[in-house]
Amino acid sequence: MTTANQQGTPAWQLALAWLFVGIPLTWGVLQTLSNAMKLFH
Amino acid sequence: MSMLSFLDRSHTVAKPGFSRWMVPPAALCVHLCIGQAYAFSVFNLPMTKLLGITQSAPGDWNLPQLGWIFSIAMFFLGTSSAVFGRWVEEGGPRRAMFTAALCWAGGFFISAIGVYVHNLWLIYGGYGVLGGIALGIGYISPVSTLIKWFPDRPGMATGMAIMGFGGGAFIASPLSVGLMDKFSTSTHIGVAETFIVLGAVYFCFMMVGSAIVRVPPPDWKPIGYVAPVKTHKLITRNDVFVYDALKTPQFWLIWMVLCLNVTAGIGVLGQASAMSQEMFPGQISVTAAAGFVGLMSLFNMGGRFFWASTSDYIGRRNTYFVFMVLGFALYCTVPYTGSIGSVALFVCAFLIIISMYGGGFATVPAYLKDMFGTRYVGAIHGLLLTAWSTAGILGPVLVNYIREYNVTHGVPKAQAYNVTMYIMAGLLVVGFICNLMVKPVDARFHMREREDENLAPAKAAA
Repeated sequence: MTTANQQGTPAWQLALAWLFVGIPLTWGVLQTLSNAMKLFH
Repeated sequence: MSMLSFLDRSHTVAKPGFSRWMVPPAALCVHLCIGQAYAFSVFNLPMTKLLGITQSAPGDWNLPQLGWIFSIAMFFLGTSSAVFGRWVEEGGPRRAMFTAALCWAGGFFISAIGVYVHNLWLIYGGYGVLGGIALGIGYISPVSTLIKWFPDRPGMATGMAIMGFGGGAFIASPLSVGLMDKFSTSTHIGVAETFIVLGAVYFCFMMVGSAIVRVPPPDWKPIGYVAPVKTHKLITRNDVFVYDALKTPQFWLIWMVLCLNVTAGIGVLGQASAMSQEMFPGQISVTAAAGFVGLMSLFNMGGRFFWASTSDYIGRRNTYFVFMVLGFALYCTVPYTGSIGSVALFVCAFLIIISMYGGGFATVPAYLKDMFGTRYVGAIHGLLLTAWSTAGILGPVLVNYIREYNVTHGVPKAQAYNVTMYIMAGLLVVGFICNLMVKPVDARFHMREREDENLAPAKAAA
């Protein structure tokens, strides 16, 4: 949903905030996924 | 005290131009850090060899002693979220996140000293007590804020944050192992140094969350959002005071629903590796079992977001009906998968079960919001987390002791879990009945109406 507030927040700030949490989370998920793949070997 | 005034709720009210999509990353900053608790077991084995280095020496701690660290932390999670819930709710998310960051980092630093001087009581007090308090305060800190920012999608919003708690272990586990490798030498195991680095990193990460979090201005609504005209009987527009919620049957019914759902999931989560190997001897190796556990963790995390988001469309009570009915069918199927030797069916059954275990955690804040309103939902959620602590004891006890009883009474290991699975299915039937009994909260518990009632005698006297 679009809000008036969203128009006022710089996109780079939003992107930075999401990258800040997204990068470590993605790294952790990939590490776990590579371990999980052992189930199929 | 004025130095800390930036922590006050009044200083966290969003100015025009603030995007609500900044709030989920703020919540994730906290939940990704405190989710480390699920990965604490990676320290257990290294901490049994702190003196002996290559193997345990006299004076080294043993696994049962170390197991208490996690248990104490979980106990204080439930206790602190119940005790500090109202304080968190009234003081706002920034103060709560800041406090959680201090306690979480402090817990690691005290534990590092405990490892350095080899005093287990310092670790019990550090990670167990202080860290446990951080877990409780941190877990509930963003809940009501997210619900207020996302009145149109409360399930999705809280699901996103609580998903972070599940995801925190994914980061902590490889990070901790990597740091311990880096700090360990042939004469030293680098647990203390790892605790210090983790404490410092988590503190910074949580402070970012504390800095960027905002509460919406009073009566703020997303543009285009119109509260449903047609009222849903299970979604209230009134608020219930935190301690009045305890007097309602709805609180205790949802408490039972959460407790039973978590009991059913947590027992198998802890025993998944051993169970898969014993039910499928020769088919699932130790390595494959580790992969299975990893896959379960991913579904535990993904289920939090998926089911909580789904609940926005099908309703909270219906979501729990799905957990109970589908869970019942799947638990009853597990012994059959063992008897026909179908690993694929076994894995699929448990992945769905564990996604619903995570989903149960993530959907409950929105369920509470529907029942008790948004004003004290964080605090009420804190009180409800005692169900988690209870389930944390019940689940493993049921799985472990019933398996042990069966094995000592001559039941083959491959069938030792069958009775447990049927008991878990039975628990979900009880959960189904409790969920069925959830009705709207009686109007006498609503805050506004109570205030009006209190004012009535005064008006009459005037």
